[in-house]
Amino acid sequence: MNLNYLFDPAHWNLEDGSIPLLILSHLWYVVLALIIGTIIALPIGLYIGHTGRGSFLAINAGNAGRSLPTLGLLMLMVTLLGLGLTPVLIALTVLVIPPILTSAYAGMRSLDPRVVDAARGMGMRPWQVLTKVELPMALPVLISGFRSAALQVVATATVAAAVGLNGLGRLLIDGLAVNDYSRVLAGAIVVAVLAVLLDLVLALAQRWIVSPGLR
Amino acid sequence: MITFDDVVKVYPGGSTAVDHLSLELPTGKTTVFVGPSGCGKTTSLRMINRMIQPTSGRILIDGKDVAGQDEAELRRGIGYVIQHAGLFPHRTVLDNVATVPMLLGKSRREARAVAAELLERVGLATEFASRYPAQLSGGQQQRVGVARALAADPPVMLMDEPFSAVDPVVREGLHREFLRLQKDLGKTIAMVTHDIDEAIKLGDVVVIFRQGGHLAQVGTPQELLEHPADEFVAEFVGRDRGVRSLSFDSAADLPVRPLPADLVLDDAGRPAGWSTGESTGGTFTVADSLRLVTDLAISSPVGIAVRVDDHGKADGVVPHHDLVDHLAARRGRK
Repeated sequence: MNLNYLFDPAHWNLEDGSIPLLILSHLWYVVLALIIGTIIALPIGLYIGHTGRGSFLAINAGNAGRSLPTLGLLMLMVTLLGLGLTPVLIALTVLVIPPILTSAYAGMRSLDPRVVDAARGMGMRPWQVLTKVELPMALPVLISGFRSAALQVVATATVAAAVGLNGLGRLLIDGLAVNDYSRVLAGAIVVAVLAVLLDLVLALAQRWIVSPGLR
Repeated sequence: MITFDDVVKVYPGGSTAVDHLSLELPTGKTTVFVGPSGCGKTTSLRMINRMIQPTSGRILIDGKDVAGQDEAELRRGIGYVIQHAGLFPHRTVLDNVATVPMLLGKSRREARAVAAELLERVGLATEFASRYPAQLSGGQQQRVGVARALAADPPVMLMDEPFSAVDPVVREGLHREFLRLQKDLGKTIAMVTHDIDEAIKLGDVVVIFRQGGHLAQVGTPQELLEHPADEFVAEFVGRDRGVRSLSFDSAADLPVRPLPADLVLDDAGRPAGWSTGESTGGTFTVADSLRLVTDLAISSPVGIAVRVDDHGKADGVVPHHDLVDHLAARRGRK
């Protein structure tokens, strides 16, 4: 096993199957899954946290989601829907929903009720209380949930290659198929570096978005 | 004026928090609701700005029923101060204070200008403006809370245990500040506290509630101390109410004796101590209360309270036996 594959300049051009293009397709799956997952999970988590109704859903969704094997789910989706991007996105989105749902719920539950009382008592309408007070205060917890969702999905998006799509999983699966362990190693390293970089970017975004008063 | 007209609040589950309350809170005065926990004082306060809806009865502000008004609009016109201040942790002190003016449609710049002025008004230096609430002490947070409630210059202020989360020394300072501000502003204030001493110190009118949301007595602090309506009120205002009621009597008509020879004066005629070398322990003027004079006479090493004029020059003394005679005569007059 060696790093020859990773450092071979031929694998860093912009032709089909090159590492940069695999990274781009990988990120594309990650971003799509995060967007769809957030659109679904965030409002539900906020609603449950705000009203306190159905909190068993928020807590159990977290546990159930974590125990679902993504590869198995993907195969099931492919059987049902055929090959393509959709089954992959469904499998990855299911992975994204639990941490975002749970953190949105936890973020809303952790709010100081006195501050919310003050906001209402000063004459904010319910929508203003949510957007000007509750959401900004819940942001640190929300973003940490988003970060853990992003990390999980970056690592797991390699499954896309198992059903004929691209992404960094190509390096792993093709490498294994032809016993090219240098290629497998290159795939593993790039996924790991990508995960670290993505988390770094999100950490910077968190610093920028979250009020210094909440640190 | 805030009017409670036969107001009842029964919580789901059947407990009665407020039982047929009828009451008037005079314009420009501080009315303090006080009583043991569970007496309905906070519920009564929170019904004024509709944070709690009454089960029956009406609450009117200057003759207008609050129930007919838009909740948010109503609340923007009423200052609201709560225990622990409830500041927005993600906003700077300045933006916390600018909240209501901005809700009312002022531009950010205008609202911040108003906010800066108010911070100064409550005694916070401009350097606090850009800080976040977590960087402030409890007393400073509470000042910001008061400034925030005053920002839209509302005629009515509701204060729910505003000073109970800070230590006694800080509370003392906040009380002084409150009285000074209220003297300037003359807001119609409804305040809740569980501390009868605070009620007596800050209230123009004190409303004592008893368990189950009943009124025990309404009156000025002096009336409550001197003529408690029943055992409950007498007990509640405390055993030393006799001494405390002296706070409301002026020292103006207290007879004084000429300065004794053993009182040492400095060049300007100000008392410097007794010839034995002991301090006078403080002085009083005609504007002070009998309580202060009593305290001075009792704590003085020679049993004599020293009076000074507006320039600090000693102009008479009161030995404690004269004071006792005066108090006895005062008792006869009442």
